[in-house]
Amino acid sequence: MAVGATTRPQFDSTLLLVVPAAAFMVLLFIYPFVYGLVLSFEPKEGGALANYKFFFTTDNEWPTIWTTLKLALPATLINVGFALPIAYKMRVKSPYQRWVTTILVVPITLGTVLIAEGMLTYFGPKGWLSQFLQFFHLYDGPIRLTHNYWGVLISLVISGFPFAFLLILSYITGIDPVLARAASTLGAGPKSQFRHIYLPLLAPGLAMCFCLSFVQAFSVFPSAILLGSPAGPTRVISIAAYEAAFEQYDYSLASAIAMIMGFVQLVIVAAVLGLRNMFYRGPVTGGKG
Amino acid sequence: MLWVTVEVVFAVVFLALLIGVPAAYTLARREFPGKRLLMLLFLLPLMVPPITYGIPLATVLYKLQLAGTINGVILANLIPAAPFVILVMTPFIEQIDPNLESAARVFGAGTGRMFWHILVPLLGPGILAASLLVLVRTIALFELTFLTAGPDSQTLVVALYYAVFAAGVRAPQSVDAMAMVYMGVTLVWLLIALRFVNPTQLVSRVKEHPQAAA
Repeated sequence: MAVGATTRPQFDSTLLLVVPAAAFMVLLFIYPFVYGLVLSFEPKEGGALANYKFFFTTDNEWPTIWTTLKLALPATLINVGFALPIAYKMRVKSPYQRWVTTILVVPITLGTVLIAEGMLTYFGPKGWLSQFLQFFHLYDGPIRLTHNYWGVLISLVISGFPFAFLLILSYITGIDPVLARAASTLGAGPKSQFRHIYLPLLAPGLAMCFCLSFVQAFSVFPSAILLGSPAGPTRVISIAAYEAAFEQYDYSLASAIAMIMGFVQLVIVAAVLGLRNMFYRGPVTGGKG
Repeated sequence: MLWVTVEVVFAVVFLALLIGVPAAYTLARREFPGKRLLMLLFLLPLMVPPITYGIPLATVLYKLQLAGTINGVILANLIPAAPFVILVMTPFIEQIDPNLESAARVFGAGTGRMFWHILVPLLGPGILAASLLVLVRTIALFELTFLTAGPDSQTLVVALYYAVFAAGVRAPQSVDAMAMVYMGVTLVWLLIALRFVNPTQLVSRVKEHPQAAA
């Protein structure tokens, strides 16, 4: 049928193509969230807030928030802090950049479980690292880098750094190099180019990167069990939620803990985005060119 | 376990493409009210860590008696996979000249035929890259499978977790062998996929072709 022959209705049928995907997300992502939220207020016994009261008054439950923060915040700071200068150095497109990014993608795709397995054989008490150090008598004491806080922190850096790096790199390459060239004709050295051109333009990207890295680190789960000591110093909040759901079969409590986990993430993200608004306000693509 | 992995991964790739590509097309080509909200709906599952929504999701799946079955695992894995296809495909679709579609429409092709005869062939590399990346990510995705799988719907990565977790039950050589199989499978597909997409595209949308539309 020819286009002219039909009177086109206002409604564009192409929009229907998005419906299956949208419906799927609402059914399997939004609905479980709402369901979990409602369920968390319907505890097995006690009033509507009993689960939350239980979480915040039990001695091995509420400290999990601090345990997780103590892991997630340093890991995020390390990841973003190192990713920024390295990504800045690599901002010019070259075959070199392609190689480094490809290598960095590998840990992201391998996933945390395989990283944990590899770290156990490398950093473990009988692992390659300690055998190497002892063989050359560089350090003879016992090396404890697994089954404690450091093991989990290292694994968070291994899996989180590439993510932060790639994200910042994609933000930096989005900045028009003409701006930096204009600054250099006016006599700005590399340092002040970074400070006055790139950093302000990157601020929103950096804030976003910090938030995403933090949220990922805050939800550390397999590596906290495999590389940490899940009963003690690395009993993170996701372990508490998991135990409630699959060891005590208390889905209501588990949902409540999951909601608390989401809430803490939200608070930190809101704080970071608020902080960024205080630091720099105004147009990010001003008439500097 | 290997067979389950293959089954889950291919089902996820197929379904994610089936619902993701048309959605990506609409998002790339049309402006409509609520588009930003919809983008948010598709970005959230990629930003929110799986463990946060995995527990409520597992609860729902248990209630529907889908948890512990392969179908449940496939559904759970589709949640990050489908938005990921949308994220990867949108720039590929934006690169295609809209005039080609208009031409097809002038000659009377409906949306379905236009899709099949114009877009799918042109999007070949994009679709291949998206499916390979979803494949790799699904193989590696631990949390959702772990929370929803039963004893006979475990994928390789969950089996690996149990092997490491219960160290001593299996010989370390067998664990290492599992890890090697897993790594080999993942890396091969990843390297193929990276021939078609920029690595930074794995975490965000790249705006690399500002003049491509001209």
